[in-house]
Amino acid sequence: MTDLITARNLSVSFDGHEVVHDVSFSLRPGTCLGIVGESGSGKSVTARSLLGLNGPRAEVSASTLDVGVDVLTATEQELRALRGSRIGYVLQDALVSLDPLRKVGTEIAEPLRAHGVPRSQHPQRVQDLLTSVSVPEPELRSRQLPSELSGGLRQRALIAAALALDPEVLIADEPTTALDVTVQSQILELLEQNLAAGRALILISHDLSVVERLADHVLVMHHGRVVEEGPTSQVLTAPQDPYTRRLLAAIPSAGSRGERLSDLPPSPITLATRSEDAPPRDTTVPVLTADGLGKSYRGPDGRTRAVVEDVSFSLHPGETLGIVGESGSGKSTTAWMALALTEPTTGAVALDGEPWTGIPERRRRARRRRIAVVQQDPLSSFDPRWTVGRTIADALPSARRGGAEERTARVAELLRAVGLDPSFAARHPLTLSGGQRQRAAIARALATDPEVLVLDEPVSALDVSVQAQVLDLLADLQQALGTAYLFISHDLGVIHHVSDRVLVMQHGRIVESGTADEVLRTPRHPYTRQLVAALPRPELEEIA
Amino acid sequence: MTTLAPPAAPVAEPEAAPVPRPSRRAPAPGRIGLVAAGAVVGAVVLAALLPDLLAPQDPLEISLSESFAPPSAEHVFGTDQSGRDVFSRVIHGARQSLVIGIGATGIGLAGALVLGLLGGLGGRIADGAVTRVIEVLYAFPGILLALILIAVYGNSALTQMVAVGLATMPGYARMVRGQLLVVRGSAYVEAARALGHPPLRILVRTILPNAFRPLTVLVTLGVGQAIVWAAALGFLGMGVQPPTAEWGAMLNAGRTYIQQAWWMDFFPGITIVVFTLSLTVLGRRLQRATDAGALR
Repeated sequence: MTDLITARNLSVSFDGHEVVHDVSFSLRPGTCLGIVGESGSGKSVTARSLLGLNGPRAEVSASTLDVGVDVLTATEQELRALRGSRIGYVLQDALVSLDPLRKVGTEIAEPLRAHGVPRSQHPQRVQDLLTSVSVPEPELRSRQLPSELSGGLRQRALIAAALALDPEVLIADEPTTALDVTVQSQILELLEQNLAAGRALILISHDLSVVERLADHVLVMHHGRVVEEGPTSQVLTAPQDPYTRRLLAAIPSAGSRGERLSDLPPSPITLATRSEDAPPRDTTVPVLTADGLGKSYRGPDGRTRAVVEDVSFSLHPGETLGIVGESGSGKSTTAWMALALTEPTTGAVALDGEPWTGIPERRRRARRRRIAVVQQDPLSSFDPRWTVGRTIADALPSARRGGAEERTARVAELLRAVGLDPSFAARHPLTLSGGQRQRAAIARALATDPEVLVLDEPVSALDVSVQAQVLDLLADLQQALGTAYLFISHDLGVIHHVSDRVLVMQHGRIVESGTADEVLRTPRHPYTRQLVAALPRPELEEIA
Repeated sequence: MTTLAPPAAPVAEPEAAPVPRPSRRAPAPGRIGLVAAGAVVGAVVLAALLPDLLAPQDPLEISLSESFAPPSAEHVFGTDQSGRDVFSRVIHGARQSLVIGIGATGIGLAGALVLGLLGGLGGRIADGAVTRVIEVLYAFPGILLALILIAVYGNSALTQMVAVGLATMPGYARMVRGQLLVVRGSAYVEAARALGHPPLRILVRTILPNAFRPLTVLVTLGVGQAIVWAAALGFLGMGVQPPTAEWGAMLNAGRTYIQQAWWMDFFPGITIVVFTLSLTVLGRRLQRATDAGALR
């Protein structure tokens, strides 16, 4: 059989800056090629150059770039005829790739219209397509706006649009990023069906476990180069390149508990804030307890809706309690109630055995330094006008703030503790990478020397190797400082890696709790079983 | 304090890699335009501060023998019906116009701050009330408001200032309120609350500066707008009365003689246009600069 796509020595540069360097691959009918890499590795640019979609500033060169026509010499018309009909492209991020003002059905019919399918056939075709991607009530859905659909349904709609002209090849760029694990599993299943039906697939993802499930052949990209390629099972079980090995080792899972994920050496941390004569923390008395927490809001229709119901837990010094659940499960609301930034409707939180909720804010204020938070998006959690140093200095307790010199020294110490050079104090958060920002956010949280750190999805916006470094840092800090962590995440692998005990939340309730191994290795509740089963990494679990 | 171990190895993470993306933003206006705009605004400010330095003649000096003289080397902008030098009057009018423009913007802003702060921080009931007030002010024609004020308090620069200020107030108020609501709900304010900072400190150090940031740009643009408003009132005969030099009033005075002495209207008019345009260019530039510096 002939190859559907052949790329030889493909290079792409923008304004003289090369982002893809000498990449070669081919795609045979009915197979799946996985392209794995972290953000900025050039994987999306590689895929887009197959369709000539990189824009006028891109300089594309290759000895062969054949997708049925020669992309390098094809006219814009020829390329346009190709897109959709021969190669379907599923865009990244369903949330923003659909026009918010157009009905879903219109959006799916767009390629039909562009390729001259008679208008009378559109409604039927759209419904058939939606049915083929397992969208329930296709007739209703096609008349709705994207905002009325859930993330999973939107992603299905995008896939339906890509399939509209029955292309031989489907390119899916991060099709499951930002989706809940059970929804991700369903989308992968859908792609799998397409593959089984004989369609060829190029799957782009930062997540090795996603690629592992579908791909026959894998390219690992790093800084615009292919560092390793081969059959999936070989690359993932016997990686040759150090980068691939590092990437694989960086995936947190049950098997990685207690081990380091990154290849950075452990950083023994000492902070001057902890006075030497402070009594050792009593680890038998919980530092934070929640008793029957509930939160409900009155909806616009006047009915009250419970977001969290009857959540109880206790957190002991130096331990990590993981809360795992899908979006809308109430885990963030629970975290906000633990921080007393949201007042619970029912139940109460106690910090150090004293009431923490149900009291006026001014009585909490002095005690706030005992519990700190690291938010999901570090960028938006920094005052945009301030440098990193000022942000951290602002968090120092006023009693310890002292003179300017002392303050600078404290900021430098905190930055060093999180593995950043003290010179970062003068930088603006915008100029930092994602991992550096999250380190700075952790430094700020540590400024008050808290006993409890609430981490709300602290690594979900990070690449896997950066995530590994941040998780390692958090482990080091906990080791050194004995801080208790309330760790919120949707990622079971992360939760299993970091947590001593785990709460599983669904629809605002705790459905299962226990030690991490108990809950995640031998789940009892059907929902937990479903979550664990949806993890697309059975093989990786074994090699890890 | 115990020993400080060597810090962890430097973070081996690529600095935010340049993402190739075609720039959608229109190219910045040429440097020439920017310099020209700066020069115009600088000249007008100088004229407002030290009119005698620039003006060749007394703006009120009547010389009937020279009335309706067309532009010449002696009178670059010509003379008016009483033989007053139009160029000198335009120079001296700068102070009036600038004072009214800045004063009106100041008054509008002050009122907007009161309303906006009340709405943005005062809770649901106050916000509802403020929103209604803003809506009513919006619906009220500015010129009509100015007419009422002038009918009650008489013609003066102060009345003109207050009238224009009131007319521009709802726009600023809505902006202040919206910004406060956005900033108040932001993650960094949440972070400040979680640190246990007292509310006043969060308000003064975090909420207000961030909420007012886009306002500085709006004010630059607003001064130009207020000057046009004031000139419009002056043209309608409301505001400063002749023979005091004011751009709007000069337009009005020249209206009668436009057939025989076009320069009486042309030069004050073009001055208003060029000056307002220059302020707008500078304001846009400032906006771009702050947008680039802002995070979101």
